[in-house]
Amino acid sequence: MNQRTSERIIEVSLFLAALLAIVIVLLILLFLIKEGAPVLIKFGLRDFVLGMNWNPIAIVGEPSYGIFPMVVGSIYIAIGALILSIPFGVASAVFLIEIAPGWAQSVIRRGIELLVGIPSVVLGFVGLVLLVPLIRHTFGGCGFSILAGSIILAIMALPHIITISADAIANVPTSTREASLALGATRWQTIRHVILPSARSGIVAAVILGMGNSIGETMAVLMVTGNTPILPEPIYNVLDPVRTMTSNIVIEMNYAAPGDHQQALFATGIVLFLMVAILNAISHTIIRSKRVSTR
Amino acid sequence: MKTIIPRNTIDKMATVMLWASAASAMLLLSYIIGYILLNGMWVVNLSFLLESPRLSGAEGGIFPAIVGTLALVAVAIITAVPVGIGAAIYLTSYAPDNALTRTINFGVECLAGIPSVVIGLFGYAFLVIYLGFGFSILAGGLSLMFMILPWTVRTSEEAIKTVPMELSEGSLALGATKWQTIRRVVIPSAIPGITTGVILGIGKAIGETAVIMYTAGSSLLLPHSIFDPVRTLPYHLYILASEGISGKMAYGTAVVLLGMVFAINLLAVAIQRRYESKEVK
Repeated sequence: MNQRTSERIIEVSLFLAALLAIVIVLLILLFLIKEGAPVLIKFGLRDFVLGMNWNPIAIVGEPSYGIFPMVVGSIYIAIGALILSIPFGVASAVFLIEIAPGWAQSVIRRGIELLVGIPSVVLGFVGLVLLVPLIRHTFGGCGFSILAGSIILAIMALPHIITISADAIANVPTSTREASLALGATRWQTIRHVILPSARSGIVAAVILGMGNSIGETMAVLMVTGNTPILPEPIYNVLDPVRTMTSNIVIEMNYAAPGDHQQALFATGIVLFLMVAILNAISHTIIRSKRVSTR
Repeated sequence: MKTIIPRNTIDKMATVMLWASAASAMLLLSYIIGYILLNGMWVVNLSFLLESPRLSGAEGGIFPAIVGTLALVAVAIITAVPVGIGAAIYLTSYAPDNALTRTINFGVECLAGIPSVVIGLFGYAFLVIYLGFGFSILAGGLSLMFMILPWTVRTSEEAIKTVPMELSEGSLALGATKWQTIRRVVIPSAIPGITTGVILGIGKAIGETAVIMYTAGSSLLLPHSIFDPVRTLPYHLYILASEGISGKMAYGTAVVLLGMVFAINLLAVAIQRRYESKEVK
């Protein structure tokens, strides 16, 4: 075999390795649609996504497949997590870049690495043994709640929000910073009126990415939210249990019989996939446009 | 009457608040880790690590779950590393700037963004049912591979990009072919970065649960081949905790899991450090 042919064979096999990512994504789409579409067609996409009633194993009457309470549950918990984690995360990022002395920087960076490494099931376990009883004793109710899910997800989102916001803040040119300080602004005035506004789009991207990750998170949420497939009553009651789309899939795959019920879980997967994909796309677009504009 | 607070006072207050927020984040982290360790380290001993569970995990040890975790991660890494590095080499050194390349990059981004439970569903429909692998190490390991592949591609790409252009240009100028240059010059210089990425990928794979629940099964028996079902540590922890089998065993399992993940992160940091200190010389 001469050198040119072998070079060519290597190039082709490297190309095939690169192609595999797309092949997997296409296969995932194909199988989600193959398994999930029949139930969507049978009951209608609108009735599936906006239906209020999830009752796959009906003892009396027809089973019904409406995932609206879970769509609301997923979004509810993700937004709650962001409300809790953004102030902390952005403040920690500002601290990390603008204020922290060297030792504190390395402590925080090591801490972030550790926090990212904690498996979600371990955080869920901590939520189950610490947070759920705490909420039960402090606020009443059963403890398994939107609040518990949001707090655990906030802890999971925190390292990502700190990292991306810190990158955005570090990317603000030093000259901008120095100009503000030279005009006599204090450090806080500089942070608030100069640095945060310039870093805004990076921080927004971090927040949207955090939202997508939170909606897609399974184990930690599953263990602390109680998983009842109905809307909270009243809707603003954060102490009510709730079920997310991810939990719905994991809980019911256990006993779902092949047919409508199992297909409805794949259809839940399709809705989940689409929501997360849209949020990721928005976030990547913001990050990319920011990169272009700073050049 | 409105009192005006001097701006230097505001500045001091803000600084205190920022210190406080970072400090409380770190305190929270130490509290979580400390709580698990203090409750679970008494459970972990040699017999806990090396015995099989009895009474669905209420007594005995967690040996099969450790074996199951390592087996799944091994399958995932063995399949993801060659493909991931190959894809990274193609994307950094061969890929022309065209629509197909952009599609490949988009595909990698997409795969990275897919929620783990959706990958689990796919693994179940495709590997377990359609290809007939059943609940097995093979099906679970390949599903994990889908999950860590984008990570492997991206970290390897980053590592390859840091290799200075002069090195590969020098090699090409000496008459080496493109592949010889990549194999003998680019890859050896990028290997520390690639290794760090792979090790961090192992850390991610160990803790993953939703992907393997419906692909690897939940058997507590020791597997004999890659077609046998296994239960992993995170899944074992989930079952112990959520079914209320044993709080004590759950803490012990959590400590072992955390210990594995942290040991792997430390290893990655150590490799990075060693490489960086070499670079300075």
